[in-house]
Amino acid sequence: MRRVAIVGAAMTKFGEEWERGFRDLIAEAGVKAIEDARMSGKEIDAIYGGTMAAGRLIGQEHITAMIADYMGLNPIPATRVEAACASGGVALRTGYLAVASGIHDNVVVGGVEKMTDVSVGDAAVALGGAGDQEWELFMGATFPALYALMARRHMYEFGTTEEQMAMVAVKNHANASKNPYAHFQNEITVRDVMKSKKVASPLKLYDCSPITDGAAAIILAPLERARKYTDSPIEIIASSQASDTLALHHRKSLTTINSTVVAARNAYNMTRMKPSDIDVCEVHDCFTIAEIIAYEDLGFFKKGKGGKAIEDGETALDGRIPINTSGGLKGCGHPVGATGVKQAVEITWQLRGAAKSRQVKGAEIGMTHNVGGSGATCVVHILRRAD
Amino acid sequence: MSSMTVGLPLTWRRIPERYGLIGSRCEICGANYFPVRKICPACRRKGKMKDVKFSGRGKIYSSTVIYSPPSGFELDAPYAMAIVELEEGPRLTAQIEDGSMKDIKIGTPVEMIFRKIQEDGKEGLIHYGFKFKVVR
Repeated sequence: MRRVAIVGAAMTKFGEEWERGFRDLIAEAGVKAIEDARMSGKEIDAIYGGTMAAGRLIGQEHITAMIADYMGLNPIPATRVEAACASGGVALRTGYLAVASGIHDNVVVGGVEKMTDVSVGDAAVALGGAGDQEWELFMGATFPALYALMARRHMYEFGTTEEQMAMVAVKNHANASKNPYAHFQNEITVRDVMKSKKVASPLKLYDCSPITDGAAAIILAPLERARKYTDSPIEIIASSQASDTLALHHRKSLTTINSTVVAARNAYNMTRMKPSDIDVCEVHDCFTIAEIIAYEDLGFFKKGKGGKAIEDGETALDGRIPINTSGGLKGCGHPVGATGVKQAVEITWQLRGAAKSRQVKGAEIGMTHNVGGSGATCVVHILRRAD
Repeated sequence: MSSMTVGLPLTWRRIPERYGLIGSRCEICGANYFPVRKICPACRRKGKMKDVKFSGRGKIYSSTVIYSPPSGFELDAPYAMAIVELEEGPRLTAQIEDGSMKDIKIGTPVEMIFRKIQEDGKEGLIHYGFKFKVVR
């Protein structure tokens, strides 16, 4: 196994990008990432693309062949990776494995989703495919409803409150307002969240991540050659993935996502690190309750104490462990297949010291946490400055 | 359009589970599963799965009220959904009907009822299955 570094990172502005299509978004992110790595297209050996629902959202499958074509990268191998909302993170891991194994040297990992070419209702139906179509969605469940069922149970078992969940949205909007790439550029208050439209009780509109267009890309290279492409290589020191039951109702507990617990434990073991070694982390806050559960499952706080952690400001930009400096899925937006790659872009910028007004001072070790569906897939990466 | 236009063969295959609450019991470890599984996740190839009909009685494990419904469920909203824990052990996701919303709490006893779940437009298939109601 070779050591692997991120040598290029880029993303498009996330948002409702009506003037740009799928091909425009991924080409922009891909070209910017290759330029960031001071690489020529000829030096790229393979491309891995994470996208969840292109077939439902733009009617196009065979998506990575199209990306290679539109980026002028033919005839290199181009592979699509799909793991619902974790498609981007699993694409990153697939690219990492290809470079680590020695099969490929320089790899582009892209993540993209174009969600606003269909109605909100059709987008919601497409996203439903991340759950159990026959036994959850068929019955009338929605994705907010599945996370609402987790939230209700977390409130019951640990006394977590709707206000604490609202504070996650408030923090992530505050961070997003410092990120020019974020979908939302405005700050909100707890009152705004509490007064927003009910979606699936106890979750309200502002507890939910938005429907977003966007793309992100990462260039990977063997660490030993990384300096040829960048002055500030970021090493991927752990890449870890785990699975759980497709349907939420089959889990032993609704207040923990076991795939997260297992993926995080393995990542810590690979690096002989513990949660307190992480300086900055991007977690999968598709809903506010998901961020609170992630705090606990990643080991930053004890089970049941996630609500108090957000209330105490522990995860704010100036807190003990800043979480979702990009604004997270809630504030930066959630173009599903792009999210896992975007998380690695944000952590790369943080570890390079290039995150400007949202920079975590002296950040050397960062983590990304990307979840598919209600937790049937989880992928965790630990990144470290290699200069 | 419903969540997906579900074809006749799929609907027909699911009739025993959706109409009759047929699941599986592993005769080796004794665990019950719903819906039917061909392989016991605990015993894997050593397991021996047999069809079993569940009583339809259970209690609420967690619940929500959906105000923002998926396509095809607009006329039902707002409606309650829950994860129900059957008395034989397995859990499933279902709508809760016939109770005022405030009766639905974690631990509330419920029983299965047979209802229309959704339909494929005015001339398409009508899909039936289980919902649950509060036991008074």
